[in-house]
Amino acid sequence: MSVVVENISKSFITKNDTINTLSNINVEFHKGEFVCILGPSGCGKSTLLNIIAGLEKETSGRVVCNGKEVKGAGPDRVVMFQEPALFPWLKVIDNVEFGMKLAGIPKDERREKAMKYLKMVHLTRFQNCYIHELSGGMRQRVALARALTLDSEILLMDEPFAALDSQTKNILQLELQQIWLETKKNIIFVTHNVEEAVLLADRVIVMSANPGAIKKEFHIQLARPRQPDNIDLAYLAADIMKELKEEVEKVAKAEFDTNWTSKKDLVLPDSDSDMGTGI
Amino acid sequence: MASAKRIFLGYMLSIIIGIFVGLAIVRFKYLDENVSPLILGLQTLPSICWLPFSILWYGLNESAIIFVITIGSTFAVSIAIESGMKNINPLFVRAARTMGAKGFSLYWNVIIPASLPSIISGLKQGWSFAWRALMAGEMISATKGLGQVLMVGRDLADISQVMAIMIVIVILGVAVDKLIFGKMEINIRQKWGLDKV
Repeated sequence: MSVVVENISKSFITKNDTINTLSNINVEFHKGEFVCILGPSGCGKSTLLNIIAGLEKETSGRVVCNGKEVKGAGPDRVVMFQEPALFPWLKVIDNVEFGMKLAGIPKDERREKAMKYLKMVHLTRFQNCYIHELSGGMRQRVALARALTLDSEILLMDEPFAALDSQTKNILQLELQQIWLETKKNIIFVTHNVEEAVLLADRVIVMSANPGAIKKEFHIQLARPRQPDNIDLAYLAADIMKELKEEVEKVAKAEFDTNWTSKKDLVLPDSDSDMGTGI
Repeated sequence: MASAKRIFLGYMLSIIIGIFVGLAIVRFKYLDENVSPLILGLQTLPSICWLPFSILWYGLNESAIIFVITIGSTFAVSIAIESGMKNINPLFVRAARTMGAKGFSLYWNVIIPASLPSIISGLKQGWSFAWRALMAGEMISATKGLGQVLMVGRDLADISQVMAIMIVIVILGVAVDKLIFGKMEINIRQKWGLDKV
């Protein structure tokens, strides 16, 4: 029971040339594992997630999910997007029930389960509100509850907390960690935030850009539940940041004017200068 | 009243046909490429221009007027449905697909509710087109109804009758808009949170 990505490549054809977004990606996600895919912007990490979800078609290669090849989107691989993607014409509770309604689950059972997951994200008080009455963080919680109701073993998350303010983000990260510990789903989480990846994941996959490929894997074997101010996390984050820095510079060089140099305009800190941490 | 019956029949017919045409265009790309320009062209044709055609086809009777009403508002409705469905937030569709929606259930549960605001404005526009077509038809080929009373007023050189009928037409139009479409719109705007400017 796992997701296997075999030799996935993806290229877009534009007017002038072909852009290789992903080239020969091979990776395996195991049951109950929390994996973060980390990479600079434009490295194709969201594309990879969409291919696993079945929302985009790969150019070559295949994705095998629980022994079956992926042929399109389906409720066994629920996606949580950066935007909550909730339906404004439905109440909160109906939004949470939406997937179960499509699956044809009877009304009583549906309601009961929806309440269970709303309780998990602490929003039972707002079950009869419409979406526009909720704050951004609350909306993303509803989206999480909706994704959990389908009982899929695989949960795909495409930068779900990137649009939230940092306090709300911290709370939701810790809650997601808790929910993962309770449900033991296989979560594939795309992010560009190193601290977030280190905090949440068992395994961090760092991608390189142009064309997108897997650069390195980090196994994070720290005790859970993890706290964001843990010093070991900071040490690991610095380690991963070093790997990522090169890629960010590469993308920046490709996108910015030629007078941009990584030495002069460098934003990311050099982790080697912090002698003494993590010893 | 004769006018009310005619417009009710004609408008209902145009909504049904308009919804089917609109859905078919959204669903089948072939139809979209070939029929859409034609519909846009037909939409520019004023409904009164259909009157000679429908009199020749049906004769001087009820069906001719109902035909003109229907054809006058069908295209407005189908264009509104088409553009409404094409312009919904693609994220809604993606999210629904990952939760297992496809085919009919995708349309029924996501695409139609998501495009409801623009569908209603299309229906509203269709209503005003239907109303105009009704008047045009009645003025030329009816023996009773508001349009015919208007023409009688002209024949008798009775300006007060003419003005009175015009005012009645305006009031009826406003009443329907406020009581039916207005309520639907307010309802949707509240749900979606569009009224908080």
